[in-house]
Amino acid sequence: MARVLGSVALTFLGLLLVTFLIGRVVPIDPVLAAVGDRAPAEVYERVKHELGLHLPLWQQFWIYLKKVLAGDFGRSVLTSNPVLVDIRRFFPATLELATVATLIGVALGIPMGVIAAVSRGRLADQVIRVVSLLGYSVPTFWLGLMGLLLFYGRLGWVAGPGRIDVAFEDLVPTVTGVIMIDSALAGEWEVFGNALSHVILPASILGYLSLAYLARMTRSFMVAELGQEYVTTARIKGLSERRVVWRHALGNVMVPLITVIALAYANLLEGSVLTETVFAWPGLGQYITSSLLSADMNAVLGGTIVVGTIFIGLNLLSDLLYRLVDPRAR
Amino acid sequence: MTATASTARLGPWRAWLLAETPASRAQARLGQAYVAWLGFRRNPLAMIGLGVLIALVLIALLAPVLTSRSPVAQDLGLRLKPPSAQFWFGTDELGRDIYTRILYGSRITLVIVGLVVIMVAPVGLLIGTAAGYLGGWVDTVLMRVTDVFLAFPRLILALAFVSALGPGIENAVIAIAFTAWPPYARVARAETLTIRRSDFIAAIRLQGAGPLRIVLGHVAPLCTSSLIVRVGQDMAGIILTAAGLGFLGLGAQPPAPEWGAMIASGRRFLLDQWWVATMPGISILVVSLGFNLLGDGLRDVLDPKVG
Repeated sequence: MARVLGSVALTFLGLLLVTFLIGRVVPIDPVLAAVGDRAPAEVYERVKHELGLHLPLWQQFWIYLKKVLAGDFGRSVLTSNPVLVDIRRFFPATLELATVATLIGVALGIPMGVIAAVSRGRLADQVIRVVSLLGYSVPTFWLGLMGLLLFYGRLGWVAGPGRIDVAFEDLVPTVTGVIMIDSALAGEWEVFGNALSHVILPASILGYLSLAYLARMTRSFMVAELGQEYVTTARIKGLSERRVVWRHALGNVMVPLITVIALAYANLLEGSVLTETVFAWPGLGQYITSSLLSADMNAVLGGTIVVGTIFIGLNLLSDLLYRLVDPRAR
Repeated sequence: MTATASTARLGPWRAWLLAETPASRAQARLGQAYVAWLGFRRNPLAMIGLGVLIALVLIALLAPVLTSRSPVAQDLGLRLKPPSAQFWFGTDELGRDIYTRILYGSRITLVIVGLVVIMVAPVGLLIGTAAGYLGGWVDTVLMRVTDVFLAFPRLILALAFVSALGPGIENAVIAIAFTAWPPYARVARAETLTIRRSDFIAAIRLQGAGPLRIVLGHVAPLCTSSLIVRVGQDMAGIILTAAGLGFLGLGAQPPAPEWGAMIASGRRFLLDQWWVATMPGISILVVSLGFNLLGDGLRDVLDPKVG
């Protein structure tokens, strides 16, 4: 346990070191950016001292470390808010998208994996294999555009880009920042419906990503599990095949699957960067990419740290869950 | 055995390759590669993947033969023309032929994948074998660093890198490589750990070989098949990351016909001129699907533990 936490702390430190170094290799001189080209030399020197840039690198890192741990990521040039405030505003949208996507991925991916394992080598297995292989291979941003073209442009089944129609904006009080929860709490089902209609397409496309991953992992776990002796025993005992597969074998496979789901969720947070850009989804991913294009390094690095931290946290969580559920791992 | 009969029928080369007592190291290695190929050839999906890779290389080499147009020549009179006999995939917003641009874009894709693999595989091999063979604190430090990088979100780290270094194809390659090496180090280390205690390594050490010679001359070659498997599984991911960077405007810069960037420019005309964004996306899908099939096939042949 102490070992796990130690390695998490070390990983986090590594994350901060890398972002710090990235911030230092930027070809833009931060002093010049602050004072302008025409500033006299003494002003330049003064600002350089104020920013702490005259100190040796390790001391700068120490200052940076203290700031980040206190939640100070600096100010965003683009929005002129503190980066943390921005992130807090954008994050619920990403959370909403990634959660719905994971639900879709789990609800479809795990049964598909089980079916593939049961019908190994037959048609259903081949079809599922191709479906998940396509999920691995397709560029999500392009799939998102194609989805918009078909379901929004041609068929009109779903709402377009954005998180909610302008007419519904700010209708419900913000409690959690997740529109679907807020509107449900307020009993505004029309708003809820509109939000759902906006989220369903990007979430399905992201969900396809985790479906591909989950189906593949479930299949390989299940194939191994169905070869175990207790499965044979259960069959000999006269249990129905459905019960053997879905209750006994899948029940045991769920243990390693939980860690896989946590990892898939972490991957979705990352995958949302491109999907959010395509769907003009006002989340963390879009915040990072739009800051990136305007060279707003504080915002980019702050976003990177936040996503990286969640990533590390989910890894830790999946590790702990695994220990909790599987006594052999303790 | 019937093996002798069939080898005799199929000519001396095959017999030489399949000889049970190879006379030289080269013969043994080539023989092993040939046996792997025989297994690979039986897998139709893997052969399709190989076909895609070969087709991609041929297209990249023969692009000027396959089209008479230029990938950057603009003709505003012909902008946004739908696919036709004249323009197979239509034209884009500057009147450039999309078919031609996709052909030339394959060069960019190949260069990116090739460069990343060339940079990443040796670095991962070196770090992994060094950690595995030397053990002790070297192992601890190197694997900690690897774990730190492994715990990062790859795409976001690559984004942060490119934003610091500035957009462009070279920086995209560096950023992807920087985030792609850890799994290679892991694989190489795991392989080294199983090799380093074997008798033949002990024998070489007794002959007086130093660690450098043992690692580079004897351990590293035995890790290559695992690394090839890893490369096969990674290539599609590299393509998708590169296309994603291009889509965000951080990869190859215009007017270079990079597929991801082409999708980004087609985005503005998505609902009316669908082909501008669709065609390069299909190219990415086909290539990355091919690479995934190839990677799965390689894994099945070279790594009997899985599959």
